[in-house]
Parts: sequence; C-alpha cells; structure tokens
Amino acid sequence: MSAGVGYTPYHPRWYRRRVSVWWWMESRSYTGFVLREISSVAVAFFAVVLIALLRALARGPEAYARFAAALASPLMLAASLVAFLFVLFHAVTWFHLAPTAMVVRVRGKRVPDAVILGSNYLAWIVLTAAVAFILLRG
Amino acid sequence: MRQTVGVSVARYRPEQEAEPVFQDYEVPFRKDWVVLDALNYIKDRLDGSLSFRWSCRMGVCGSCGMMVNGQPKLTCAAFLSDQGEGPIRVEPLRFFPVIRDLVVDITDFMRKLKKVKPWIVRETEKPVAEGEYLQTPDQLDAYKQFSMCINCLLCYSACPIYGLEPTFVGPAAIALAQRYNMDSRDQGARERLEILSHKDGMWECTFVGECTKACPKHVDPAGAIQQYKLASAAHWFKTLLPLGSR
Repeated sequence: MSAGVGYTPYHPRWYRRRVSVWWWMESRSYTGFVLREISSVAVAFFAVVLIALLRALARGPEAYARFAAALASPLMLAASLVAFLFVLFHAVTWFHLAPTAMVVRVRGKRVPDAVILGSNYLAWIVLTAAVAFILLRG
Repeated sequence: MRQTVGVSVARYRPEQEAEPVFQDYEVPFRKDWVVLDALNYIKDRLDGSLSFRWSCRMGVCGSCGMMVNGQPKLTCAAFLSDQGEGPIRVEPLRFFPVIRDLVVDITDFMRKLKKVKPWIVRETEKPVAEGEYLQTPDQLDAYKQFSMCINCLLCYSACPIYGLEPTFVGPAAIALAQRYNMDSRDQGARERLEILSHKDGMWECTFVGECTKACPKHVDPAGAIQQYKLASAAHWFKTLLPLGSR
C-alpha cells in the first residue's frame, strides 16, 4: 500500500485477493513446475538408496544380499519405478531450461539454444552408454 | 461473422462493494479491435464509470496490462478475435492490490525497482569534457534484450512466487538490475549483488519461467535471473579462494 496515502471517503480501501492453495492447478505450466520441484524428492530417494547400497557393499556379501533382497520387494520396486519416472521428468525439464540459464558466447555471438540443449542430451547419452558398457561387459 | 462479443469486466468500486464483481457488456466485434478498444467503447458509449489505465495503444508505455481470460496481457496487443468465443473476461493484474475496477497499485514495484539501482553507477564520473563512454556493438548486444522492459508488470502477474511471497523483488526489477550489470559502462554490480543476494532477492526465484512467457517485449526475465544466480555463485566461489576478490 502506498505510504503516505491517507484514507478518504472516495478511496477507502484496496482489494487484495488471496492466492488460492490450488494455484498450481490453474495452468499446465504451473502444474509442471510443481511436479518438477517435487521430483527433487525422487532424486534424493535415489541418492539415499545408492549410498545405502554402497554401505551394504562395504559390509560384505551377506549384507549386500540382504539389501538386494529388500530392494526386490514389491513396495521398493513400485517406489523405484515412480522415482525413476520422476527422475526422468526432472532431467528432461531441467535440460530444457538449461539454454535460458546458460548463455554461452563464442566470438561474441550467442550459441543457439538448440546447441546447448543438444549438448546436454549428448552428454547424457554418452554417460549412460559408458555406465551401460561397464555394467554389461562382464 | 458475428456482430458483437461479450466482455465480462471485473468491477471494484470500494464505496459500493467489498470485493470485485463482474459486469457484462456487449461490444461490437471488429477484426481490428483489441481488448483496449472494447474497454474504451464501454467507457465512451456504455458505462462512463469504468476505470482503467492506458496511454500509447502500441505496446510502448506499459500501462494497459490486465488479465485477459486469466492471462496477463497488454490489452492494446490482445485482439478480440484471438480471445475465443467470449465472453472475454477482463480483470486487473493479479497479485497487486486493486484500487478501483481495473486499476492496481504498483507502488510496491516502484519501490523495489529503485532499490536495485537501475541506472549506470560509476565509481568516479569522468569529466564531461572527456566525452562519452564508448561501447562496441557487441557490448551493446550483451544487455540490449534486458533493456527493452517497459515496466508493464505482466511478469509479476505471471509469477506465482510473487503472489505467494510479496516481498520477492520480482522478475522485472532483477532483469533491470542485470541489464545494468551487463552494461560495459557500469561499475555498480557489487552494490546490486549485495541487495539481490538477500533472501528476497534472486534466490527466491525457483525458475517457474512464466515471466518470460508473459513478457510482451521478449526481455526474458527468467533468463536474466538464472544468469544472475550463476554470476553470483561464481563470485561467491572466488571469495573462497585465497587470492580471490572480496
């Protein structure tokens, strides 16, 4: 409200609309944004599982077998599937935001958005292929 | 082609209503008319009591921003023929206090804008006799996009963060701070960084990206804020180094 503006009979009050708790349902892009934010929880879930896996591995074959069995339970499989879908959504949506956040200039000219986006996808494919190679060669 | 189109306008007359109500009008449907033309028709022919702001009619002054069918738009650039079947819903810009009908109070933005020092800051001014501060086309290109802002505030109405956290400095003000940071003649980047590093500054932004979509001048405030975050993080890392700048 303007400081120093007094109430007069002709200017009695400002109207302020409260933001609804359902604001994120108002448009698809808002919903997409909120899902992207929530997907961070799935990323954290994967990180925690990975750390727990490493800890089980360090404790020896028995601990690792127990951990692997726990991961194979229907509940964990369902959780992993949901988390995987969220992580995919997380990666793809952030890749598409990368060109806006990263402005790369080569010889004074801005590198086109498609090149930045493409290089993110390329790095993803290369890294995935490298990991797949390490895992599958034996 | 249809002869008329319905326009449903949010009315708020504080001496009369506790909260806004919609009033329906029927205006001629013309292919070359924009929503602002419809509002002016209402004001001139149907109901002189309707209040709204406008000036240039050509997307330069930034004063006719309103919510058209729920989207923040410059009403001078929103053609009636692009708004669907109708009635076309016209409301004041979202997230701002409404003074009357379609007129909102933008004092909050004006205060925030001033806070980010949107002007060229020099440590020492060189004497006028030494001439202008020269700039190459590439140096101009670095900030030109951000300088196109007309302060129409559509980006604030598009930003749910501003709606939820009214203390957030907001898209246009941060984009304008970045416009001066990237100007080769400016030396005020550190002063602005201090202002925009606090909790109501750039870090409040969670990159919804709607501000950029709403901007009628293609300023890309979301880009400006993320680039500012990157520069700020880089600056912070440098301060950690033994010989880094402080």
